Amino acid sequence: MNRFAELLDRLAYEPGRNNKLRLITGYFREVGDPDRGYALAALTGALSFKHAKPALIRDLITARTDTVLFGLSYDYVGDLSETVALMWPKTAMAAHNNPPSPTLTEVVTTLRTLGKAELPRQLERWLDELDETGRWALLKLVTGALRIGISARLAKTAAAALGDKDPHDVELIWPGLAPPYPELFAWLEGRGEKPVNRDPAPFRPVMLAHAIENTDFQSLDPADYIAEWKWDGIRVQAVAGRDERGHITARLYSRTGEDITGSFPDLVPSLRLAGAIDGELLILRDSRVQSFNVLQQRLNRKVVSPKLIKEFPIHLRAYDLLGDDENDLRELPFSERRERLEVFIKKLDDPRIDLSPTVPFASWDTLTAARADPASAGAGEDADAVEGVMLKRRDAPYLPGRPKGQWWKWKRDPHVIDAVLMYAQRGHGKRSSYYSDYTFGVWAEGDGGDELVPVGKAYFGFTDEELLQIDRFVRRNTTEKFGPVRHVVHEADKGLVLEVAFEGLQRSPRHKSGVAMRFPRISRLRWDKPPREADRLQTLEKMLKVEAAEIEA
Amino acid sequence: MTGEFGAPAAYIVCMRPQDILLPVAAGLCCKPGGFHIDPVRPVERAVITHGHSDHARAGHGAVLATQETLDMMRLRYGENFAGSTQAIGYGEEIRLGDVRVKFHPAGHVLGSAQIAVTCKDTCIVASGDYKDAPDPTCTPFELVPCDVFITEATFGLPVFRHGDAADEVKKLLASVALFPERAHLVGAYSLGKAQRVIALLRQAGYDAPIYLHGAMETITHYYQSRGIELGELRLVKGVKKAALAGTITLAPPSATSDLWTRRFPDPVTAFASGWMRVRARARQRGIELPLVISDHADWDGLTATIAATGAGEIWVTHGQEDALVHWCQSKGLRARPLDLVGYSDEEESETPLPDGAEA
Repeated sequence: MNRFAELLDRLAYEPGRNNKLRLITGYFREVGDPDRGYALAALTGALSFKHAKPALIRDLITARTDTVLFGLSYDYVGDLSETVALMWPKTAMAAHNNPPSPTLTEVVTTLRTLGKAELPRQLERWLDELDETGRWALLKLVTGALRIGISARLAKTAAAALGDKDPHDVELIWPGLAPPYPELFAWLEGRGEKPVNRDPAPFRPVMLAHAIENTDFQSLDPADYIAEWKWDGIRVQAVAGRDERGHITARLYSRTGEDITGSFPDLVPSLRLAGAIDGELLILRDSRVQSFNVLQQRLNRKVVSPKLIKEFPIHLRAYDLLGDDENDLRELPFSERRERLEVFIKKLDDPRIDLSPTVPFASWDTLTAARADPASAGAGEDADAVEGVMLKRRDAPYLPGRPKGQWWKWKRDPHVIDAVLMYAQRGHGKRSSYYSDYTFGVWAEGDGGDELVPVGKAYFGFTDEELLQIDRFVRRNTTEKFGPVRHVVHEADKGLVLEVAFEGLQRSPRHKSGVAMRFPRISRLRWDKPPREADRLQTLEKMLKVEAAEIEA
Repeated sequence: MTGEFGAPAAYIVCMRPQDILLPVAAGLCCKPGGFHIDPVRPVERAVITHGHSDHARAGHGAVLATQETLDMMRLRYGENFAGSTQAIGYGEEIRLGDVRVKFHPAGHVLGSAQIAVTCKDTCIVASGDYKDAPDPTCTPFELVPCDVFITEATFGLPVFRHGDAADEVKKLLASVALFPERAHLVGAYSLGKAQRVIALLRQAGYDAPIYLHGAMETITHYYQSRGIELGELRLVKGVKKAALAGTITLAPPSATSDLWTRRFPDPVTAFASGWMRVRARARQRGIELPLVISDHADWDGLTATIAATGAGEIWVTHGQEDALVHWCQSKGLRARPLDLVGYSDEEESETPLPDGAEA
């Protein structure tokens, strides 16, 4: 457990993806079965046991320490598990005997079977046996709050690296595996056969598109491509398959392979034909596609209430077919898959699942026009939910990852505003010596005349050269410092105007300005523009009104 | 330069401890002895516990301190940092006015001392900053029985437990082994902490050259001149970026997040400090490899020391006074916070270099 805790501890501080991978792979290499398997399960969220309530942890510490000292410590540290982990006083006997600390396997298997009444005593024993970091990890684990910025995908990629395997292969066999994954590690280390996925409705690694640049078009022939609308929803894979008894199992996966079926129970009955659909999850009202803001009301919900289902009816718009009953279609060219898809959707004949239409075009000019005005190019009333067009090579097989030259996304031009840089914060990792996180604001009427109100934060979009320029500007124009944050000069005639691009707006009570941007990034530095000419809050509020009306509709 | 401390002072009857030592604006004042301990403003006569800049300031009339502390002050402030100086060794006693003053090792940094002030039958120990953990670069802390113990409280909360510094250095070396293509930058206070980290690295068997930020050079060489083995040290200035892959560099904490770091290949930023025990503190500074290595006693060290001195009265200064005062009172000891201002926390900050300074 202490070794696993050490890994979690280090991961929690490491910002770089590749370095995280190295740390995890290093752990898998060093630690044997079954501990590493349970670690992989913990990192992928595959462990299940009843979590301990914070109140229980609090009771344990109160029984052992002075309440005033605990109060002062908790105030200082700010995190219950961490406070308890750090100040836990071992019993005199534990301190004297120095009992061996539990292994991760011991902890996980014990927690699985332990009765509720025995939990406090067991926890106490472990807390006595572990070191500070071990106690911290244990408490995070048992309270179900293991937030360390690792995705399941990353953990699986680290496992794959152990045997120089493609992460997609791990993803494919994953649904058939269970902790502590001995057959997976045996295969990765070349000691065993590749495990077979017996899941009737497995996830297939998704194919992604490259963003197209203006210069790319010259080398592309329109005749080689099929165009579709790019919908502003959520990319999903809807899979239905027959189990050994012939019953249909249906699952909905996110593009990273996370099983999200539980959040959309209303779609499951529609997935009655065995097959794997690649498509977009949308909300449809009166057969009209709603904006992403509307769809967002259905995301990250713990409870999916009947009311929610009724008010935000879910819909799947299909654009590819990866499997048709028992047949894997991924080797087929896209044009053939598309034909199979059309037949499949017709046969399914379900009001919740329809076909994403293609956009006819003969030249890049026609497509440019369609992208500029989707409404009159076939998208009709759904045009607001179109965020651009997709180009897919007719002869492209379905390849996992982001293969070159096969699929292109050509997004609608983003919204842009001119905002004023207000605060800058140092970045992390490679960027820790740069002021690379920017808070920017627009003008609004305040008590004492016009003032800037922050409307968002961005930390990318600029080139390396621009980063250097902004960094230099920040250092030379700092008016105050608060720890890692610098207050940068922002007056009517002094300051830096940033052109900020973003995908959409939302009302947000957490921001002083009342608005929050989706996907904001710095698109240009406006050295030429004095701050007084930056945009006003009203401009954003006007955009908001249109969107808000949609959510309530 | 000696002799200033021999001057007689007005006779005062010493009864209560606060008649012997009293906090005033300039620092801890000993009226019957006619001096201040670690004064933060210029005074006529100063008795100084150790060389950290918030305790040892320039501009006093006469300064009494260990030879090492005086040397460090001279290195930092120049020859004329005080009107006169007098060196005193550990275990040496001197009479000042109506009190006797004796220096004992504090185990904080090289030359650091606790100062025992005795008037008649009452002995007060002003411990300055201290630690009871082993440190290869300075004389170990000595327990001094007394009536009143003045303790620091930098880490005066039970969440601060520092563990074995050698384990933290192992963590650093494991990281160097895992990322041989990256440079490891260790933020450490230049006086004491940096040399301790280097010495611990040597103890752990690391024998490659260790690189230094320019601001560390003088004080580190001074440590070496006092016979402390630190192995081969090199200045990082002028070394090619690629050549710094797989190396360890010690730098003042403020430098590890500044322009200066751009000369290193994909640096791993470490920070050696007792504050690294608390995650939020480490994360706030963007530290990737926190090393819990402290120059100060941790909670267990503070409470064990307080109990062992046998003192019936405890005065608690700079840090988390509340918790430590509460603990003392719960053990039946008289305790109160001592309001002394002007002591920063050298674990956390050090005068930053101007942006882009070549060091």
